[in-house]
Amino acid sequence: MATLSKEEAKKIIDKVLAFSKADEMSVNLNGSRTGNIRYARNSVSTSGETNNLSLSVTAVYGKRSGTATINEFDDASLEKTVRRAEEIARLAPENPEYIPMLGPQKYIDTPTYFESTAKIDPAFRAQAAFDSIDPCSKKNLTAAGYMEDTTGFSAIGNSKGLFGYNKATSVDFSITVRTNDGLGSGYAKRDVNDAAQLNTRSATEVAMQKALASSTARALEPGKYTVILEPAASIDLLQNMMRSMDARNADEGRSFLSKRGGGTRLGEKLFDERVNIYSDPTSVDNPDAPFAGDGRPQEKVMWVENGVVKNMFYSRFWAQEKDVKAVPSPSGIIMAGGTESLADMIRNTEKGILVTRLWYIRAVDPQTLLYTGLTRDGTFYIENGKIKYPVKNFRFNESPVIMLNNLEAMGKPIRVNGSMVPPLKIRDFTFTSLSDAV
Amino acid sequence: MGAGAFMLPNIPVSGRPVAPEELLTSGVDVAMKKRLADAALNAAKAKGASYTDVRIGRYLNQYVMTREDKVQNIVNTESYGVGVRVIADGCWGFAAVVDAKSEAQTARAAEEAVAIAKANAKLMKEPVQLAPQKGYGEVSWKAPIQRNAFEVPIQEKVDLLLGVNAAAMKNGANFVNSVLFMVNEQKYFASSDGSYIDQDVHRIWPVFNVTSIDQKSGKFETRQSLSAPMGMGYEYLQSNPKDKVTGITTRYNKGYDMLEDVIAAAQQTKQKLTAKSVEAGKYDLILDPSHLWLTIHESVGHPLELDRVLGYEANFAGTSFATLDKWKTKDFNYGSKQVNLFADKTQEGSLGAVGWDDEGVKTKRWDLVKDGTLVNYQAIRDQVHIIGENESQGCCYADSWGSVQFQRMANVSLAPGKDQLSVEEMIKGVEKGIYIIGDGSFSIDQQRYNFQFGGQLYYEIKEGKIAGMLKDVSYQSNTQEFWNSCVQVCDERDYRLGGSFFDGKGQPMQVSAVSHGSSTARFNGVNVINTARKI
Repeated sequence: MATLSKEEAKKIIDKVLAFSKADEMSVNLNGSRTGNIRYARNSVSTSGETNNLSLSVTAVYGKRSGTATINEFDDASLEKTVRRAEEIARLAPENPEYIPMLGPQKYIDTPTYFESTAKIDPAFRAQAAFDSIDPCSKKNLTAAGYMEDTTGFSAIGNSKGLFGYNKATSVDFSITVRTNDGLGSGYAKRDVNDAAQLNTRSATEVAMQKALASSTARALEPGKYTVILEPAASIDLLQNMMRSMDARNADEGRSFLSKRGGGTRLGEKLFDERVNIYSDPTSVDNPDAPFAGDGRPQEKVMWVENGVVKNMFYSRFWAQEKDVKAVPSPSGIIMAGGTESLADMIRNTEKGILVTRLWYIRAVDPQTLLYTGLTRDGTFYIENGKIKYPVKNFRFNESPVIMLNNLEAMGKPIRVNGSMVPPLKIRDFTFTSLSDAV
Repeated sequence: MGAGAFMLPNIPVSGRPVAPEELLTSGVDVAMKKRLADAALNAAKAKGASYTDVRIGRYLNQYVMTREDKVQNIVNTESYGVGVRVIADGCWGFAAVVDAKSEAQTARAAEEAVAIAKANAKLMKEPVQLAPQKGYGEVSWKAPIQRNAFEVPIQEKVDLLLGVNAAAMKNGANFVNSVLFMVNEQKYFASSDGSYIDQDVHRIWPVFNVTSIDQKSGKFETRQSLSAPMGMGYEYLQSNPKDKVTGITTRYNKGYDMLEDVIAAAQQTKQKLTAKSVEAGKYDLILDPSHLWLTIHESVGHPLELDRVLGYEANFAGTSFATLDKWKTKDFNYGSKQVNLFADKTQEGSLGAVGWDDEGVKTKRWDLVKDGTLVNYQAIRDQVHIIGENESQGCCYADSWGSVQFQRMANVSLAPGKDQLSVEEMIKGVEKGIYIIGDGSFSIDQQRYNFQFGGQLYYEIKEGKIAGMLKDVSYQSNTQEFWNSCVQVCDERDYRLGGSFFDGKGQPMQVSAVSHGSSTARFNGVNVINTARKI
């Protein structure tokens, strides 16, 4: 029931809009079923499933807006919700930045829905957990993991004739494997739209191998090192940078994209010329919803091309102020890479450090996008093309902007956190202290 | 995970939007709640549960958000439902139902919880061991607030924030955001132990962020408010001279003067633009409670959570360096003799204060580190046997009726120094140091050894005197080393609370609000780095 068809969703939205007495009205209808299973110490700790179907109505009078929600769908409840949204709108303060709602839009089809994921049941989740715990138990290792699957839809409509509908599925899986003496730890994560592509056993085997290989870590002096960042390590830094590409903040002078003396750095070459970052909701490897929450279509957008900043994202208000296209922020990004595998990249490295994952990343300076955080769950020293030994974890202080200028090589992109990112070889990555954490 | 003072837009908003008047309605009455709970307790027992608890929760939020001369958003939400947790066949099971208003609904949730417990029992290695807990009968607890923030008209809140913003702009700020967060948890707990507990919890957090820009150099600086989120009503915004701590900048105790603080902030962001960039090296640090709370939270609160120590958070928040073998030695040196750290779920005005926790255990205060030695952890009913105790410490919490309760951090605080010592006297004793006020950037490893913290304001101390403002400061240390470098703690006159509204833990993640108290404290020879970069 939680996943309504396009026709069912449109029928409800149209009914709601017919009750409207406001200047403008928009409706969001969302339904999902989310299941999860969590385990630690080689034993399942919690699992559950929740269903949600909710309707949110926003009424607008002039520049005043009000929102009300409901999870009952009989005519009386729908009408009551419309009236409540209208009442709240009348009492709300004016929003001087309000922009009238969009009219009908064209949305592209995106491949976000897979029946294999929609079919997941408690037995599937238990088996996925078993496939991860079992190899660990057999090797005297300790597994802690989490899998969450979501099947749902999102529909939007408004009194100006806009309508959009998207169905999507996703599964997120992460696994930490530790040696029983507490000296080794490994990690792997996977996210897919199609559950048929998820193999918790093979992901766990990667984490197991890292746990076993990391248990005799040696201390290296902190300093600047050539690193190979696996996608799970670089993704958070890259996503943080992308979230900072808001045009208004840049125009206002409080962003890494603000120009000295005023204006933005749009069109400037800020990164190595091999850096190309874009978003594309139709990507088969990394599909996304075809519209943003406010109804703007999501299309392919080039954010960084050959190291040059090509686009920033805009609120509709700020785009109108600046008389530019209101490009919405993307939900996932794709960073183009090369053809080398991670193994090839290691083979081609004379001296360096392989980083599985970065953790507890926090902004230190928003002006330079300086971030701090730590390596975790498998950090290794590479010499003459081979992993020589595990090293103790480091704290880093580094900016993704500096990092993408110190680019040495890129491997083949892989899916991580709803984005596609290549393994990155970076010179002069700044480690500032050592950590005893395993 | 951790808990900072997040600014917009990363604000977790839960529940359904409602009209502000609905936040003042009373919801389901206590007699009805008891009937709903009894239906679930009986249904679970009939299906074979050996233990059941029922939480009926109504969670109200109001957030008012502004920037400069505009109201950006006013959010009013309500979330109501019932969560039932059972033990059947030695295993936990949990099920929840939204908007439950009939006994049939809660009974069904109870049956579902039993079915889940029985299914999962097959995957359990050993049965749940629950510490005994006496029933309290029908009891209640209310946060001792003076003015319910939800009764204050929205217009008064909007006027306050727009006034604050106007003062910031008038004093030279280029931009300002201000927000008022208000929370009311109406929680009813019933268990098969015979408790029926009705509680009313209030929290408030006024916060702003001021930005000043030097267009010529292209540099910008920010300063966040020195307020604390509190377990109080709107009276926290009542300015009172006795709640002000004067000094290089004014700090606040149980009454916050938002207007005064924003004027100082606007002026200080201008000073920060031209402040001296710190020279990296070792310094003696003097840390104000508005800063130290976060260091306590990350380096003491989290590593002493027993579920982390045992490995239940290994895949997310991490484990802990403070392992059971260290605790068992009874002489693990967590800090210097000056360091006394305690957990307390009863402290008035704190975010974690309640009468009973979310599994019906009466709250209390207990020691974690005594005279520098690790003496205890934070543990709940199904964990305390592991540390040889037969009574839970009462720090179980769920962020919603729909989330399963688990061990969460109590208010963890540094006890004030026993000898009389003021901040001024402390500064006089420092030859080369930095005085840090306000919380800033924060990061710590997954076992809580290595950390790095920034602040809002940094002042250089030279030969016992404040020599001027610094910028680009962060300090890095190791938990045990840091707490062993603590040489002085000011006395109780300086004791204040800081805290977090949004401490995250668990998968799926739940948030929790927690306070941390301390007086200003001195730490010798801490490594300070310079964080300035060029891009």
